[in-house]
Amino acid sequence: MSNHTGDLTISQPPGCTENTVTNETPPAPIASTKGLNADLVFKGVTAAFAFSILVILALMALEMVKESLPTIKAFGWEFINSSDWNPVQDTFGALPYIWGSVVSSILALALATPLSVGTALFITEIAPRKFGGVVASLVELLAAIPSVIYGLWGVLVMAPWLQQTVQPFLIEHFGFLPFFQGAPYGVSMLAAVFILMIMVIPIITSITKEVLLAVPQSQREAAIALGATRWEMIRMAVLPYGRSGILGAVILGLGRAIGETMAVTMVIGNTPQISLSLLSPAYTMPSVIANEFAETTSKLHASALMEIGLILLAVTLVINVMARLLLWGMTRQAAGGAK
Amino acid sequence: MMNTVTLRNLKNSLITVSMVCATVAVLVPLGLIFFHIMKMGASSINLDFFIHIPKPTGETGGGMANGMVGSALLIALASTIGIPVGVFGALYLVEFGGSRASNAIRFAADVLAGVPSIITGMVAYTLLVVPMKGFSALAGAVALALIMVPIVLRTTEEQLKMVPGSLREASLALGVPLWRTCLKVTLRSATKGVMTGILLSIARVAGETAPLLFTALGNQFWSHKLTEPIAAMPLQIFNFAIAPYEDWHRLAWAGALVLVTVMFALSLTARYLGRSKQQS
Repeated sequence: MSNHTGDLTISQPPGCTENTVTNETPPAPIASTKGLNADLVFKGVTAAFAFSILVILALMALEMVKESLPTIKAFGWEFINSSDWNPVQDTFGALPYIWGSVVSSILALALATPLSVGTALFITEIAPRKFGGVVASLVELLAAIPSVIYGLWGVLVMAPWLQQTVQPFLIEHFGFLPFFQGAPYGVSMLAAVFILMIMVIPIITSITKEVLLAVPQSQREAAIALGATRWEMIRMAVLPYGRSGILGAVILGLGRAIGETMAVTMVIGNTPQISLSLLSPAYTMPSVIANEFAETTSKLHASALMEIGLILLAVTLVINVMARLLLWGMTRQAAGGAK
Repeated sequence: MMNTVTLRNLKNSLITVSMVCATVAVLVPLGLIFFHIMKMGASSINLDFFIHIPKPTGETGGGMANGMVGSALLIALASTIGIPVGVFGALYLVEFGGSRASNAIRFAADVLAGVPSIITGMVAYTLLVVPMKGFSALAGAVALALIMVPIVLRTTEEQLKMVPGSLREASLALGVPLWRTCLKVTLRSATKGVMTGILLSIARVAGETAPLLFTALGNQFWSHKLTEPIAAMPLQIFNFAIAPYEDWHRLAWAGALVLVTVMFALSLTARYLGRSKQQS
């Protein structure tokens, strides 16, 4: 009985249930042995399911490494340093794809970050609560659209619009810059940047919104009480407090942008070249996998695509861990601040 | 002095206006995408779309009936594999897991959730398509299940954590074995929240295309066996959108309308369930 009351004071469910079981077995003869066995089986089954996730992840990494060994052996570092991708002659260099992925993701983030943070600030700091809620749900709807539908819209609506309106304008007025040279194709690096921007905005916005909501109200009130305008309050109290969380949100957006496959494949033009011009078609790492993996010409070709996949996996892993650490730091800060 | 105050207020107004502009800039593409899906989809959709399979190149008409059935089958199969792993895994985390093991599993689930879906497809390819010597519906379903597991696991875990410990204790005190308590009390009282997570994960995989590219592969015709390539709506939308035929674009828009409608219905139901859970 004393054990029982002791259990009640512990509010942690896991420890609590375990204690109860061990204490319960001797005085409860009715369900004792049979119940315990069933419990052990039950625990074993749930454990098997839970640990299968670790196994899946390990298997994933292992398979990717194993399958990409042939190209790692054949080309070494040259693989990420050469732009010679020729499945017919079995020479593989992934530089154009890496270039395309890096440039498209970074530019998309550069455009998306101010828009997302601005929108999140609008939702949390400026708009009346109900209206802010409506905007937030609309932005979340944007996140629910599958990427193939973004691609469909991108290739059938946005790309023609870029080709007929935006790109000729850029060529005419900014054509002297290396970034806006060449013919207007429509499908291009620019199209990929725009579509990625639209796709990462909801992620960054909704996480930033959560982070901003975690900023204690007292911080805002203190700034306002000192005579700050709303912007000064945001700049001095809200943003510094949420800095690491917002950075985490942006990095999560980066992870999404780098791994994005379908929409980018549909609008980027799929041409493996390194060009400074945003108007020329390009290629990204996920796109080349999507286009070539189902019909590889040789073992080495498959292995080369696997190695691209491995690089992608490693990069997204690092990005996700970084983002989680930053966001985790933020929530801990928030918990500390609330005390 | 007055001057600085005016300046500060001016700055404040400028920034406020720019935030409003940012919000508008975010919402405009959303509006445009919806507008085009509605406009192009509504003008393309008809009864044929739901009851016919795609016509061969050059012939007009046809539909995506096989893709819809294929997608439903893939999702059902993926759910059968993915939901038990997610739900039981979460039960383990909440009821049994030591802190170290639980943290490792949680971390693995988060990492898995961040893996680009095309990589999931590649892994399913090497693990299933290569040994089975052929693209198959089964491989596609496994790839989708891999995406569902972390979502179901994390949402279920959150819901189970919210079940008060006193409920478990009451059940155990009545002599109910632990396993029955877990299933009939803990899991039962979190049903709504768990359903929300499951619906969200289904909404997520319903539109996934990349993991199916080299697993389910797609099929122009009906397929009956799980060991054969199978048609799926997102794959059909992809193939039709990049094809140079006006009539296929029409089908792609109609498919997009159907897919988006289904997904929004799922998300809204999930949200409704989630909300009523919070209120009660």
